[in-house]
Amino acid sequence: MSTNENPSKKPGQVETTGHVWDSNLQEYNNPLPRWWLWGFYATVVFALVYWVLYPAWPVGGSFTKGLNTITFMQDGEEVTTHWNTRSLFAREMQSGKQAVRQREMLEQVGAMDYETLLADVEAMSFVNAYAKGAFGTWCAACHQTGGGGVIGQYPNLRDDHWLWGGTAEQIEETLVLGRIGYMPGYRESLDGQQLEQVASYVLSLNGFAMNDVDVAAGGEIFNGYLGGCYQCHGVDAAGLASLGAPNLSNNIWGLVDVPGAANDEERVARVARFVHQGVQRHMPAFADRLSPAEIRVLSAYVHSLGGGQ
Amino acid sequence: MKHESVETNAGLLIILTLAVISIGGLVEIVPLFYINDTIEEVEGVRPYTPLEQRGRDLYVREGCYTCHSQMVRPFRDEMLRYGHYSLAAESQFDHPFQWGSKRTGPDLARVGGKYSNEWQVQHLIQPKSLVPESIMPGYPWLAANRLDYSDIEQRMIALKRVGVPYSINQEEFEANVERFGEDVAVMLDINRAEENLIAQAQRENFDGDRAFISEMDAMVAYLQVLGTMVDFNEYSAGHFAEFR
Repeated sequence: MSTNENPSKKPGQVETTGHVWDSNLQEYNNPLPRWWLWGFYATVVFALVYWVLYPAWPVGGSFTKGLNTITFMQDGEEVTTHWNTRSLFAREMQSGKQAVRQREMLEQVGAMDYETLLADVEAMSFVNAYAKGAFGTWCAACHQTGGGGVIGQYPNLRDDHWLWGGTAEQIEETLVLGRIGYMPGYRESLDGQQLEQVASYVLSLNGFAMNDVDVAAGGEIFNGYLGGCYQCHGVDAAGLASLGAPNLSNNIWGLVDVPGAANDEERVARVARFVHQGVQRHMPAFADRLSPAEIRVLSAYVHSLGGGQ
Repeated sequence: MKHESVETNAGLLIILTLAVISIGGLVEIVPLFYINDTIEEVEGVRPYTPLEQRGRDLYVREGCYTCHSQMVRPFRDEMLRYGHYSLAAESQFDHPFQWGSKRTGPDLARVGGKYSNEWQVQHLIQPKSLVPESIMPGYPWLAANRLDYSDIEQRMIALKRVGVPYSINQEEFEANVERFGEDVAVMLDINRAEENLIAQAQRENFDGDRAFISEMDAMVAYLQVLGTMVDFNEYSAGHFAEFR
């Protein structure tokens, strides 16, 4: 909205581009700012240097490899290649400061027995740091971040209740071999009333005040031929680590959500339904996915989570 | 040509703009098609079986790629979390590839075999039931939907047109036997696609439900094969650097 009829050059102004729109609309032909122009030349020079040092231009079925090289070890021999991210990675894994330190610590921890390891503060701080990542990658999908597990599905690793034993050696065995936990369903051998009686008996072992008649009948089934529960869980229901049979008398409920039940009737129903259905759970073996040192680290970590036996 | 004639002619401006901005793409992408070492020589990589391929189609349909990449990069932290870095050869039969760079969720290039089928099924139906802090939505319809495999032959023929070595005649079948071995070659035979798909779904029973072949069967079949084709124990640390 200039009122100037003739917006041509004033003293000190630069030339216009010569384009005129709408009879008087023109644009100045300002030079590029110097800092920008030199910045641009600098990128050109950078590119020229880059082309010489790094892989750059395609030539036929190959490309210019550049003068920059990387040396790393392959099958015990020193190999020198042109610069590329894969060689860079190989060198980083072999001689990078962090990687070397981590490997040393893994070797050191891998060579320790559990008694020494668990008592060694420095080694355990490495275990906690390394295992946090490894647990998140390999274990947390089922046992949850932090190891709390899922009631009814995946065991809680934070308490001191262990299905397959809680010594570091037993945990290592679980990791190496995997586990298959199995309890048959009693849908054929026990009728509804008998299932409730067994449930009452088990609940009574955990401090719940149940009907005495039911408890007595349930105890006979549990410890007798009909149920045979004692064969795995033991006569005093204290569990048997070699079979993965849990202690049923410590009021810890990994599979049946008893604490979530509102009253005795619901508690009995939940336990009875579980005995009716049975359960099969599978923990995969990690011997072929993790190195022995990593398994040692994870075993020590899991052991320390629950306070360990 | 005068600059003014470009500026004042919209059509010409568009054409020249397209020409200029395509240079970057052409220079970076085209050479990869004829540089010899782009695709590494490696044992084990094969096209997807019909069931896996249908799972892959579902993966694309559900937009999994908007949150999950499928490329482990050659960095130490990625190796520690995901495993060996991805090779170009591992996605040579992917059309389109699912590399991506958007990692709202974890990279899935090596998810195959990491979790059990049961875990995958439950996780796809309701992720929060297994990973409370997850923001992944559930995909419960995969388990309920019957898998539509009526057009599996056409899908394989389409992929064959863009270079996936599925076989449709005896000659191509024998070439596949030579290249991948008899067992794999049978799975790549378009004429037997439907029976192969049904047989694999019934044999491996990915979703734990034998009543019918669900979309879940296909999806889990695909997830469980991701990144498992190459046995990296057979290759030394710097082996794949030779191809770069």
